[in-house]
Amino acid sequence: MVSGLTKSYGKARGIDGLTLRVGEGEFFGFIGPNGAGKSTTIRTLIGLIKADAGKVEIFGKDIQTENRKILEETGYLPSEAIFYPGMKVGEVIELSAKLRGKDCKGEAEELCGRLELDRGKKVRELSFGNRKKLGIVCALQHSPRLCILDEPTSGLDPLMQREFFGILREKNAAGMTIFLSSHILTEVQQYCSRAAVIREGKIIACDSVEALADTKAKRVHVRGNINIAGLCGVKDICKGQRELSFLYSGRMGELLTVLSGQEVEDLSISEPDLEEIFMHYYKETV
Amino acid sequence: MVLIRHELRQGRASFVIWTTAVAMLLAVCIFIFPQMQDGMEGMSEMFASMGGFTEAFGMDRINFGTFIGFYAVECGNILGLGGALYAALFSVGALAKEEQGHTAEFLLAHPLSRGRVAAEKLAAVMIGVLTFNICVYVVAIVSTILCGEKVPFKEITLLHFAYLLMQLEIAGICFGISAFMRRGTAGVGLGAAILMYFFNLIANLSKSAEFLRYITPFAYADGADIVSLKKLDVGLICLGMIYAVLGIAAAFTKYRRKDII
Repeated sequence: MVSGLTKSYGKARGIDGLTLRVGEGEFFGFIGPNGAGKSTTIRTLIGLIKADAGKVEIFGKDIQTENRKILEETGYLPSEAIFYPGMKVGEVIELSAKLRGKDCKGEAEELCGRLELDRGKKVRELSFGNRKKLGIVCALQHSPRLCILDEPTSGLDPLMQREFFGILREKNAAGMTIFLSSHILTEVQQYCSRAAVIREGKIIACDSVEALADTKAKRVHVRGNINIAGLCGVKDICKGQRELSFLYSGRMGELLTVLSGQEVEDLSISEPDLEEIFMHYYKETV
Repeated sequence: MVLIRHELRQGRASFVIWTTAVAMLLAVCIFIFPQMQDGMEGMSEMFASMGGFTEAFGMDRINFGTFIGFYAVECGNILGLGGALYAALFSVGALAKEEQGHTAEFLLAHPLSRGRVAAEKLAAVMIGVLTFNICVYVVAIVSTILCGEKVPFKEITLLHFAYLLMQLEIAGICFGISAFMRRGTAGVGLGAAILMYFFNLIANLSKSAEFLRYITPFAYADGADIVSLKKLDVGLICLGMIYAVLGIAAAFTKYRRKDII
């Protein structure tokens, strides 16, 4: 539980009066564009930075006073997974387990196998994606009650992303609470049950993923001699010489009817990115 | 203990390089003494009459022509400066390197209190400095025996003990600095150690700058004073240890409250 959490860096904004509650066993998504305050929130959650005001309670314990006990049952994957360059992958995994005072050999072995992580490689030889895998193993090998993941899929190829989410789903089914920070709407939509949206340091929406994703808006790009005057549900129109792009939240049939009578050279309809949803659908809630 | 072992492993290459370099320089210095000894009488007089230079390096208080006089000045400078630089470098990066190398998020996500992290890192620094001094001491004694000189155990042991205390003080102060820094620590550490060294030279040169002896740890590790008096300046050492404790206390206080960004 996070209540009234505030943190600023001098004049720079961090987070402002952030309140959030995540239930045990939830697969919770935390979404927002870069610089919205996701990492600041997460760093406050695990005690890396101290809030100017507000309170963080995890498992009923205060992060300021019982940080060590909370971290015993928490796994954390930072967005920039960076390790000691001179060490080997296996040594980092072993160090992480020893720092927790646990024998995690079996679990670590399984995770390395599933994520295809070579334990004999030096950290300095690892690609960004492989460093992420190493971070995942360190965050999960001790089977924590809570796992906090900050942008976990950046650097992972699609197959590995699928395997990673497969692991998370299994862990979640076994009772692990997962707090997933991401700016990729689709992965939050696909895997999380609830999510909160942060913008400019404030929570602007917190609901079930179904409710949050109920914007139905699509980004439409059309090339040709097009006129969409009279079409309802159109926003954010960008006009080129023979190009038109807009966000469309009306009925798809109506759009196709309007376009079918015109000179369309090319048409693409895609999911709008999260930034667009913030800009055009959540603006009024701030 | 896990973190102490980890820290020592991380600093292993630096330890080997610094220990080998200082010990070898010391050994070379000791081995060239017999060859220099023959022509040393004239040189001794020359070194003893070089005004400010003579006073700065304490050659007005010891006989450069004797083994221990030569050792106190030549080897003392190598070990004094080399050891101080090693202690400063090792300790000034101890806490800050995690933020500098962006490994703090990994380390502090484990169930370790900040106090324990600082304590284990400090212990690793102290173990490193102590081991460095033991190695150098052993090399100095063995080299002295091998070059056929009688080992002046009392003076050499006092000298090396003073250097050890000096390095521990510098390590304590630099450990304090480390908690306040995020990057660029090496320059600050080296700068602090060299500044202390020059403070001692200035204090030896000028009466009006004698107060610097109460600031720099090189004052109580001055080879000329130790060899001529055959004892250590306990007052200055106690003052130095107070500085070290203050540095360590500042490190713990700051590091416990520090935001890891």
